[in-house]
Amino acid sequence: MQTQKPTERNRQAVIKVRGLVNRFGTHVVHENLDLSLQRGEILGIVGGSGTGKSVLLRSIVGLKRPNEGTVEVLGTTLNELNEEQRSQIERRFGVLFQRGALFSSLNLQENIALPLIEHAKLPREDAEHLARVKLALVGLPPQAALQFPESLSGGMVKRAALARALALDPDILFLDEPTAGLDPIGAAAFDQLLVTLRDALGFSVFLVTHDLDTLYAACDRVAVLSQKRVLVVDTIDKVAETDDEWIQDYFHGPRGRAAQRAHTASSTIAYAQE
Amino acid sequence: MPSEWITRHDETLALQGEWTLANYRYIKAALNQQKRDDTLESAVSLKAISRLDTAGAILIVELIGVKKALTVAEWANELPGEQQALLIRIAEAMEAPLSVKPPSYSRVSQALANIGEHMVALWSQQRQLMAFIGLVMATLFNLILRPRRWRLTATVAHVQQSGLNAVPIVALLTFMVGAVVAFLGATVLEQFGATVYTIDLVAFSFLREFGVLLAAILLAGRTASAFTAQIGAMKSNEEIDALQAQGLDPIELLVLPRVMAMLISLPMLAFVGMLSGLAGGAVVATLSLDISLMQFITTLQKDVSVTHFLVGMSKAPVFAFVIAVIGCLEGFKVSGSAQSVGEHTTSSVVQSIFMVILIDALAALFFMEMGW
Repeated sequence: MQTQKPTERNRQAVIKVRGLVNRFGTHVVHENLDLSLQRGEILGIVGGSGTGKSVLLRSIVGLKRPNEGTVEVLGTTLNELNEEQRSQIERRFGVLFQRGALFSSLNLQENIALPLIEHAKLPREDAEHLARVKLALVGLPPQAALQFPESLSGGMVKRAALARALALDPDILFLDEPTAGLDPIGAAAFDQLLVTLRDALGFSVFLVTHDLDTLYAACDRVAVLSQKRVLVVDTIDKVAETDDEWIQDYFHGPRGRAAQRAHTASSTIAYAQE
Repeated sequence: MPSEWITRHDETLALQGEWTLANYRYIKAALNQQKRDDTLESAVSLKAISRLDTAGAILIVELIGVKKALTVAEWANELPGEQQALLIRIAEAMEAPLSVKPPSYSRVSQALANIGEHMVALWSQQRQLMAFIGLVMATLFNLILRPRRWRLTATVAHVQQSGLNAVPIVALLTFMVGAVVAFLGATVLEQFGATVYTIDLVAFSFLREFGVLLAAILLAGRTASAFTAQIGAMKSNEEIDALQAQGLDPIELLVLPRVMAMLISLPMLAFVGMLSGLAGGAVVATLSLDISLMQFITTLQKDVSVTHFLVGMSKAPVFAFVIAVIGCLEGFKVSGSAQSVGEHTTSSVVQSIFMVILIDALAALFFMEMGW
């Protein structure tokens, strides 16, 4: 069985980052950073602006070569592989970029069908059919399938980009601020969709976000990036208790408290319904 | 019929194996064989499915129908909860019709529509160009009396990029064309024993036409495209909108410095082009035509009046203005996509070279009639 309850899943790391150092000129972004992502978990990455969340994501997916340290993904070190092997690993990733990064010369259905045609070798007709279902799955109307990215709103671009990230049913999903720019209803639906798909498909999620509601609703663990390394990784309640000025401001500021209240309220209701 | 993914026991269809994207094609083929039977009626067992992803779930929902998939909990509770949730999500997504047909037209009306579209586009392009030239002129005259608002730094930067940095390529190119013209002249004029008129040929052609024309064509390729790409990238990054929202005039900030820079650069480059074209002719003349450098220069002074130089130079500002304006206008026409940046860059180069040659031809007619 591929899908087991998260608790029963064998705790095996799909991503292991060890001693990562990233520099831009003299500016050090990461110094000796360690982090691991367990199979089947949703790991939230938070941190102030400029703490290198996106840089960390880029070094894991192989878009930036780290200055030092190793990144082990699905048991192999990406930087040691040749093109062909690397491409084999990379097609097991789904990446949602911060600004969507949809291919502007293709319409939405072609955007999502592209990896299905190139990697899964499906005929175009089947690929486009699957693409339309995936677009519906992320909540886009059928007319959107033939539209081009430039004519879409920011929220629609985010959804379409998620559909593309999910196209190949990836093992690891990288999301860079997926709910930024979505309205609260859309963001909540996104969190729910993410959890449903994770439960059903058993992929692991590396989620960079500022959205406290997403952290409470979707994440199994939360990692805080600060002072050039991972300050703490744990469940959100434990992270929120950590004695650090930034963490205290973040989780116990007005927005943090509101998100926490909303989360407690919804889990009480769920408990009462059971 | 037995198959790896689907078997029929009496009234029950049993699905088994890995229903994943990797097997999508084979499962679909197996299902197509099955289709003839009344699958919607019979009971379905999902017990033996070992792996399921979205692609597989889509196939199952298609096989059993959306309604049945939505109630999966009632008839297939042996299926793990996560997979039930996936099936339900997919079924919900497939409930509404998925495809919208784009309207289709017959070939003839399509062709007619294409022609019409192109004509309208051509007409509106010319109108836009005229309107834009007017806008730039108006802004220019508005600012010319207010030196405080001249963007000197930007203008100088553009003069460096589009003028100074282009000197080597313009000089090299015109030098070589000058040499070619001299060879050509020598070959033809030798038959009349008039080899010495090669000097006049090179001088006339470079002072009147080639110096400025070659410089303009090079800048059309080099600078018009750069202007389009720069402004186009700003446009798709919403920088132009940001300028306007702050009450700043993009024409004043972005277009005028570029136009002014071109108005300064192109005459200078045309002059460089004329000189190095003459130099190319002189080198060929001295090395292979037995005309001494002294003789070359004396003939120039004697035969070629300064009018030819002025005729050539008078065209430079016109070309400069046209190239800069077309480059900037095409930049403003860019819409979000990467493809559109490419299209408009191409269009700006093609249009500006076309306009340069057209204006040059008209000018040649005019100057000839005037006897200049």
